[in-house]
Amino acid sequence: MARGNERQEKVSVHSIVRGAETSPEPIGVLLRELVAHLRENRTQLREEWARRITEAQLLTAMSKDEIFAEATAVYDQYVEALETGTFEALQAYARSLSERIIPRGVETHEVVGIVLLLRDVLARSLFAKYQADFTKLNRILDAYEPAANRIANTVAVGFVQERERVIRQQQEAIRELSTPVLQVRERLLILPIIGVIDSQRARQLTEQLLRGIRTNRAKVVVIDITGVAAMDATVANHLVQTVEASRLLGATVIVTGLSPEIAQTLVTIGVDLGKMNTVGDLQGGIEQAERLLGYKVIPIAATTYDESTKRV
Amino acid sequence: MEVPVLKQGQFLIATVQAALTDEDLIQLRIALVERVVVARSRGVIIDVTSMDVMDSFASRTLREIAQMIRLRGAATVIVGIQPEVAFAMVQLGITLEGVVTALDLEEGLAYLNQAFKNDS
Repeated sequence: MARGNERQEKVSVHSIVRGAETSPEPIGVLLRELVAHLRENRTQLREEWARRITEAQLLTAMSKDEIFAEATAVYDQYVEALETGTFEALQAYARSLSERIIPRGVETHEVVGIVLLLRDVLARSLFAKYQADFTKLNRILDAYEPAANRIANTVAVGFVQERERVIRQQQEAIRELSTPVLQVRERLLILPIIGVIDSQRARQLTEQLLRGIRTNRAKVVVIDITGVAAMDATVANHLVQTVEASRLLGATVIVTGLSPEIAQTLVTIGVDLGKMNTVGDLQGGIEQAERLLGYKVIPIAATTYDESTKRV
Repeated sequence: MEVPVLKQGQFLIATVQAALTDEDLIQLRIALVERVVVARSRGVIIDVTSMDVMDSFASRTLREIAQMIRLRGAATVIVGIQPEVAFAMVQLGITLEGVVTALDLEEGLAYLNQAFKNDS
């Protein structure tokens, strides 16, 4: 391994300068020695680490048993990574660990913190073991440090990537939630829009609505934008397109709840208002929709029962 | 490829397949107008459920068909435009201006029956 040779070079110079008699071991041998030591002292090093985690008040979201279980898994993965020099297994483990602990509210600094603590605990045990032979200690650290750093890096990056994935997923979910297509009568759909609409959301809205029209066989759709404060010309155009596309599927669209600002935008961009069916508020829109569909709503109290004819 | 046209009482139903060339569309226009005359139909349904793309030529031809059939005193309904196709059309500014559209065959027939009932 080129890097190994480089180190050997450096180490040889080092020993010549120090006048050491022993010839330096190759990196591979050092690593094996290191790993053996870590395996032999697994129990106490792991306990020491768990203790340091609690002392540093990390992973407070988890119980002692959970911390111990995860600590065991991480320790073994750590040693394995040191031994094999490959980090895929560790990466996979970091992601699966992140998947488990992120919903528990564990923060990035905690994950980075515990990995660094393990690094410290293991390093200290190396100091203790090789304290009599400073040269040997240096060589062991030469083998240990790059690998340990790479491990810390891998775990931290894995955690952050998982967080980003979760955030993206949540954003998608929020988008979907915000534009439900609701059937309130046979053949009548309502699409209440709330919040900020950007081009992407407008497009997603249109797709969802068209699918809804087909699935529910809707003849009338009421799009309520009471909850939308403002709309730029691009999004207003999307709205017009949505109305036109719905018509191609045989549905009439009634837009309700236009704020004065949005009304202004529509007039400014020159929307053909003949194409857009608008009503002041949602109630009015639903009433008009019902008329279009041939419904008539009669309050029950208004009907009187005629005893003689036995009819309402 | 010839578009099959079926007679259903007072109405004609033309079912378009997926890959329709410009030639096919022109043939359809000729055939439909002729059939409307011969069968003295009151309405035509053009089912484009299988059409996965609608370009400006197709759209113009369909509008022409509707106009010509109206001159014969009959109504035309285009049915079965797919959501994806509708979306693409409005983005490209292709509208079927002045043409009646309905969700599917059932809706198209309901529309024609209603219009026919209102006429007679």
